[in-house]
Formats: sequence, structure tokens, C-alpha cells
Amino acid sequence: MDFIIQNILNALQWGSFYALIALGYTLVYGVLTLINFAHGDIFMVGAYIAFFVASWLLGPVIGLDPTWTFVLAIPITMFLTAGVGVTLERIAYRPLRRKGAHRLYVVITALMCGLILEYGNLACLGASRKKFPDLLEKVIWHFGDVAVTNLKVLVIFAAIAVFIFLNFIVTKTKIGMAMRGISYDKFAIPLMGIPIDAIIVFTFILGSSFAGLAGLLFAMSYPVLEPFMGALIGWKAFIAAVVGGIGDIRGAFYGGFLLGFIEVGVVSIFPSTYRDLFAFSILLIILWMKPTGLFGVAKNTKI
Amino acid sequence: MSLLNIDGLTQRFGGLQAVSEFSVDMKGGELMGLIGPNGAGKTTIFNLISGFYQPTEGTISLNGKPTAGLKPHQVTSMGVARTFQNIRLWHDMTVLDNIRISQHYRMGYSVWDSFLRTKKYIRCEKAIETIAYDLLEAMSLKEFAEELPKNLPYGLQRRVEIARAMSIKPHLLLLDEPAAGLNSSDVEDLIKLIRWIHENFDITIFMIEHQMKVVTSLCQWIKVIDFGATIAEGTAEDIQSNPAVIKAYLGDDNI
Amino acid sequence: MKDKTLQIVLALSCIFLIAMAQFGMIGNYIQAVFMFVGINIIMSTSLNLVNGNMGEFSCGHAAFMCVGAYVSSVLSVLFFGKTLGDPLLPSYMAVFIFPIIILIGGVVAAIAGIIVALPSFKTRGDYLAIITIAVNYIIISAIENMSFIGGSRGFQGMKDTVWAMLDIFNGPWMLMWVTVFTIFTVWIIRRFVSSTYGKGINAICQDEVAAEIMSVNTDKMKLVNFMLSSGLAGIAGGLFAHIVGYVNPQSFNILKSTEAMVMVYLGGMGSLSGAVLAAILFTGLMEVLRSQALIEFILSPVTFVFPEWEPSAGVIKWVLIPLILVLLMQFRPEGIMGNKELSDWFPKLKKYYKFK
Repeated sequence: MDFIIQNILNALQWGSFYALIALGYTLVYGVLTLINFAHGDIFMVGAYIAFFVASWLLGPVIGLDPTWTFVLAIPITMFLTAGVGVTLERIAYRPLRRKGAHRLYVVITALMCGLILEYGNLACLGASRKKFPDLLEKVIWHFGDVAVTNLKVLVIFAAIAVFIFLNFIVTKTKIGMAMRGISYDKFAIPLMGIPIDAIIVFTFILGSSFAGLAGLLFAMSYPVLEPFMGALIGWKAFIAAVVGGIGDIRGAFYGGFLLGFIEVGVVSIFPSTYRDLFAFSILLIILWMKPTGLFGVAKNTKI
Repeated sequence: MSLLNIDGLTQRFGGLQAVSEFSVDMKGGELMGLIGPNGAGKTTIFNLISGFYQPTEGTISLNGKPTAGLKPHQVTSMGVARTFQNIRLWHDMTVLDNIRISQHYRMGYSVWDSFLRTKKYIRCEKAIETIAYDLLEAMSLKEFAEELPKNLPYGLQRRVEIARAMSIKPHLLLLDEPAAGLNSSDVEDLIKLIRWIHENFDITIFMIEHQMKVVTSLCQWIKVIDFGATIAEGTAEDIQSNPAVIKAYLGDDNI
Repeated sequence: MKDKTLQIVLALSCIFLIAMAQFGMIGNYIQAVFMFVGINIIMSTSLNLVNGNMGEFSCGHAAFMCVGAYVSSVLSVLFFGKTLGDPLLPSYMAVFIFPIIILIGGVVAAIAGIIVALPSFKTRGDYLAIITIAVNYIIISAIENMSFIGGSRGFQGMKDTVWAMLDIFNGPWMLMWVTVFTIFTVWIIRRFVSSTYGKGINAICQDEVAAEIMSVNTDKMKLVNFMLSSGLAGIAGGLFAHIVGYVNPQSFNILKSTEAMVMVYLGGMGSLSGAVLAAILFTGLMEVLRSQALIEFILSPVTFVFPEWEPSAGVIKWVLIPLILVLLMQFRPEGIMGNKELSDWFPKLKKYYKFK
């Protein structure tokens, strides 16, 4: 029993990371129908930004104590990572969009931007791995044989809070309504007096800043940073977003947790080398049976 | 024997009854019209005939053969061609290619023949090309054979779409609002074209149309539906004076 | 005769290339570059069938390359190698059996392509993209868990077959086979997409509903197209395995698929000559940027400011290539050729070849 509860907690933690990244994918997709393949790497950049921000705050110049560093690192990391996302949108995607390029060319550009971020990082910082400093004092609660760290709880709560926040923005606010509107008709939206570029920038700010948050939390949980850490987790989160039904906030959230549960479930039964094989096969079967994902709505082409 | 027999056709989308108890019996060589207000379920009936939807209830049979469970391309191979409300040509391929690709139903060769360019392949391709050019000639579209449809004026695009449907050599031609978006001189041409097709190709035509001029000058028999149900049928004169039809189109107050 | 000029020029230059290799006028490195150009041409033209002509977005093309590579490697080692027991066939048969091994690899890859083709009946667009990514991961992961063919350590021993061929006649066998299979691929694809049958794929791309209603059997066309595309990728994989002499599941990961995708979109969606040109350009660029001297020259202003920074060509290459591509996309957002062929840009070319 304890074994199961422990695994459920692990699954929730992994699911939270997937969900946080998947939310960013789905936000951008929901607005632009653009698969922002650079998003996993924005997450990686977020982790590195968190590392530098934390080192700087802890360092000799400022010299804060770890708790204050953690509190300050969250907004700074989110802000700077949002800057990276917006820069990508501004210099790579927007000119293509203006020229009316085929959607897939924008996707390829996104892939290329991801590669630039990965290898640019490798070139600038070298292959040496970075060790993230301890910010929160580790507290372990014991319930029987189940051990819960405060960090794990924090990660899970962060994912849920972000989901509730984004769901509120998209469904209840005017700007969220504009975001949903763009996904239906890109041409009618400017005619309604909505500044389309501003909305898109806002979407990128939201998505990237939460990728930054995910990066910070991930770096705190698994404190070794390397330039390719975002690639695999990014692809997986994207798949999770699609299985949930891409473009739908709920879909990304539940898809992320679903993937977390599948992976941890597979690893707890089979050797860990089978993780990807089983996880992807299960997702493939889900997509096969429900081609538009769990929450996706089939777009009926009018005949 | 009747060419198209529809009996008790009903289609539900969730709670919405798009078509209810629609029945029709068309003999070879007829030209029938289907009219009704927007959203009455006309196009749904066409989609059911051409196999895009499977009916909830009722049967459709062509030349006595039921079409239940057939895919659209199989229905097409049985001799049913159709056009679309909003023109659906392959806009980035030439008019000639548009016609040629529509010959897939009579494709006499397999993918291996296309690799090896066997005698069979050459024979089939030649036959397809002859058919395509003959048809374009007959429809007076030959000069546009190498044009892309997207560069043609709207009226010509309609004509190309009808030509593409004709290339199937159909027994039954379904025209979904052929006059939509055409100006009055184009409509005159269209009426002439449809009449000419009907007379020259021994073809049965079932058309949806909103412009009464087209319907009254072409159709021998008209069916009117509203909210999926058939409310009237008869000749053009009968329909125009039918109170139920006037009510459906204009509302209660005008009676 | 005039309408055969292009074919004759092409054939002569291939013979010339092989002859130069035979008489030692071009070194092993240049030969390898030519072979990789060939393999990349196969990869880009075959992916172009799906991503260009059919307008789907397949991101897992390397998976089929992987299947082809492993199947043909295992067969090759079984028949002529010593890693998995004694060779089953005498070594003098290598010359005849080798192309068959490669083709079998292609056939098995084509069968693997069904995994992607079947979901494509029901879904398309981004959902299919995901399925292809998942298939890429599944196939790599499955092979990593097969310990009898090396698992994640990789598999080798295919060089035995190449050496068996060299024992019969000492010549540039692999270069010849790559040339033959590259021409075979382009020839088959050209014939397929120019036939009325194959044009059904373009019809599906432009309007699937209209294609279905105009009697194109869309499901069958998709199946044929996916199988053809993945089968050709399998051939590329088999050749790749025999050139390198070593395969590892991770050499067919998403990065490899990305390379194939980049070549397709660089060339222009749906343009066969664009795909060929892009493959040549891309491979050339990859090889040129491998030179450490060139990278140091390009980055000399930066290293002048930061003297302690030591860029390595292997890393900088992967920054520069995406950067070049991103810039290229900004200037030509439809790829080098758009959806046109070379003969559409230079109509005079049509006089010099007849491709029927």
C-alpha cells in the first residue's frame, strides 16, 4: 500500500512538470495553431536563468539567505524567461506570420530555434553540468512508510495553481476571450478592434513564464542542469498536451498528469528501460481510439 | 426500375433531427429540384446520398442496390457525382489534372504499373487523357486546360467543377446550389449548361437551388423541405402557390 | 536524342564519379560525403512524399530508417558476418545478395509504416504529427530493449559484407550501391507522383473531401504513400548502416528526423527537385561547417574579445545551421523551390529530358 502511495506521489510530481510545460504548448497552440517546438528548450533556458539568478542572489554581491532567494528567484526567473519567449516570437515567428508563410514553416523555424538554444547554451557554457544550489531547507514528512518532501508538495500545488489561474484567464477574462477568438478566425479578430499582436505576445509571456517556473522547480528537485534537459521532457510534454486534446487548458493539465502516472506506473512494474516504450505505446493507443485527444473537439469540415 | 430510391431517410446529430422521413423515387432522365430555407437539411441529404454520413434510419438505393455502409468513393464509382456549395476544386492543380484525378474510379492499373510504366499503364493514361480532353472540349473549357482553377473567374470555376463531376460519367448528378454567387448573366449560362447536359448525356439531375429562376426553368418536379421534413412537392406552379411553402420561406405574418 | 540529354549527362557523371573513386582520384572522405549526399537525397525525397505531396506532418521519418538499418544489418551479419554465428552463405554471393538485403530492409520498413498509415485514416494534421513522434520513440525504445541485437550499445559487423564484396573485386562498392539506390529512389518517386494514380495524393493534400467524392480511395492512397515513403527510408537506413558499419538506436532519434524535415521544407513542400537540391545543400553545409579552422575563422571576432572561449566545430555547427535556416526562412518562407520543380523555373530544361 505504501509503495502505491509513494508511487502516486512521484507520479503527481512528474505529472506536474509535464503539465506545467504542456500548458505552455497548449496556450500557444490554442491561439496560433503553432506547435512551438522551442518550448521545451525555453524550459531549459528557464532552469539556467533560475540557476544564475539564484547564484547571483546568494553570491557575495547581494548575499541573501536561501529562503529570500527562493522568493525573489520566482518572479525574476519568470520575467526573464518570458523575455526569451517573447524575443523568439518577435524575431522568428512574427515576420513569418506577417509574410503569410505556410504554418509548417513556422513550426520548422520553432524547431530550429530550439536547436539554437540547446547548442548555443552548450557553446557558451560548455558541457560541464551545473549544480543548482539548495534553496529550501528539505523537510520530510513521514506518514507510515511514505515520505513526502516539502518540495514535492510545492511542485504539485504550483501546477494546480497555475492550471486554475490559466483556466480563469482563458475562460473568464476579456483577454482570454480574445485569445480564444484568434484561434477561430485570425482575420476577423483585428476587425473587431482587438490588437492581435499584443494578444499573441501576452500568450507567449504566459506560456514562457510558466515554463520558467517549471524550470526553477525542476532545477530544485533535480539539481543537475545540462543543455539537453529540455528536449526529451519537452517532446513528452507536447505529446501529453496532444493526448489531452491540444488547444484545451484542461487537456494539457490532465494529459500531463496522465503521462506522469503512466511513466511511473511502468517503471514500478517493468525495468526502467521500458519506460518510453510503454508510455508512448499507451499514448499511441489512446490517440488511436480517440483521435482528437481526451478533451479535443473534432473539427468537422463543413461539406 | 428507379435510379435513386430513398425511403424513410432520417438523420440525427445528437439531439438534432437534421432529416426526417425523407423519401424520393427518381427515374432515369428526371431533373428534380430540392428547395427549402437555410438549414433545412438539404445538403445533409446530399451528404447522405454520397456516403459521407451513414443514415440513422432509412435506406438509399441506386439502381436497386443499397448503398448502406459504402464509402463515398465507392458510391461515386456506382455513378453518383456531385458538386459542392462552395467550390471544392483542387486549386493548385491544373484544370486538366483536376479532371484526370477524378478518373481514379476507372484506374485500370496498380501502383506497380505506375513504377514500371507497363503497357497497361500507358494504355490507361492515354485513355484518361483522351476522356479529359474530350470532356473539356465538349464543355468549352479546352483553352483553360493548363490553367490553375484559382486563377479563373468564379463562373468558370463552377463550370470546371461541373465538368469534373461529369468526368465520372455519372448516372446521377447532384448539384449543390450551382448558381450560388453567380451574377445574372452567369446564371443564364448555367441554366443553358445544365439543360444541355441533361439533354445530351442522358443523365439524371438532382439539384439544390435557392434561385427560383433556375429551379422553375429547369426542374420538372420540386420537393420542398423545412426542418428536415418534406412540406410540399409538385411542379413549379404548384409549389409557388402552396401556402406551406410560402409560410416556410416568408413566415406566418405574410399570409 | 536531345530529349535524353539530361539522363545521359546524369549517367555519365555517376560513372565518372565511380571511376574517379576506383582510380583513387578522390579520397575516402570525399567518397563518404558523396554517399551521405545520396542517403540524404533518399531521405528527403521520400519524406517529401508525405510532408510535401500529401501535406501531412510526419516528424518521425528516422524511425523507418532505423527499422531498415537494423533489418538489413542483421540479415547481412547473418549471411556474411561472424558476429551472430557462422555465415550462412558463401562470401562470393555477397554482390548479388547485398541489394536484396537492402530491399528487404526497405520492405520491412514499409510494413512498419503501416503503424503510421492506419491512424492517418481517421486523423490528420497535428495529431498525426504526434503519432509519428511517438512511433519514432517507440521504435527506438523497442530496439534499445532487444539485447540480442545489442540494445542500446548498438550493433556492428556489417563491414564483413562490404569486405566480402571487396574480396571479389576491389572497387568502391558502397559508393556504387548508394548511387544506384539514389537514382532508383528518385526515379520511382518521379514516376509515382507524375502518374494520375500518384496525383491522387496531391488531391488529398488540397481537399480530402473533394478527393473522396471524386472517387479517390483516400485510405488506400494514404496507405500506399506511407508505405512507399517509409520503405524508401528503410533503404536509406540499410545503406547508412553498411557505410558506417555500426548502428545505434540513438543515431535515428528525433534529431535525425528533424534533419530530414529540414531538407524537405528547405527545398519547398512537394517539389522533388527541391528536395534533391536541399539534400545536397544541407549535406554540403554540414560537412563544410565540420572544419574547425573555418569555425574559428568565422568566430574570430568573438574569440578576440573573449580569448578564453574555445568554440568546438561540432557544437557551433548546430548553432550556425539552424541560424542559417531561420534566416533563409525569413527571406524565402516557401523554401528554395516553393512547390515548383526545376523545369518550372527554367522551362528550357524541358527540352533536354523526357521522363516518361
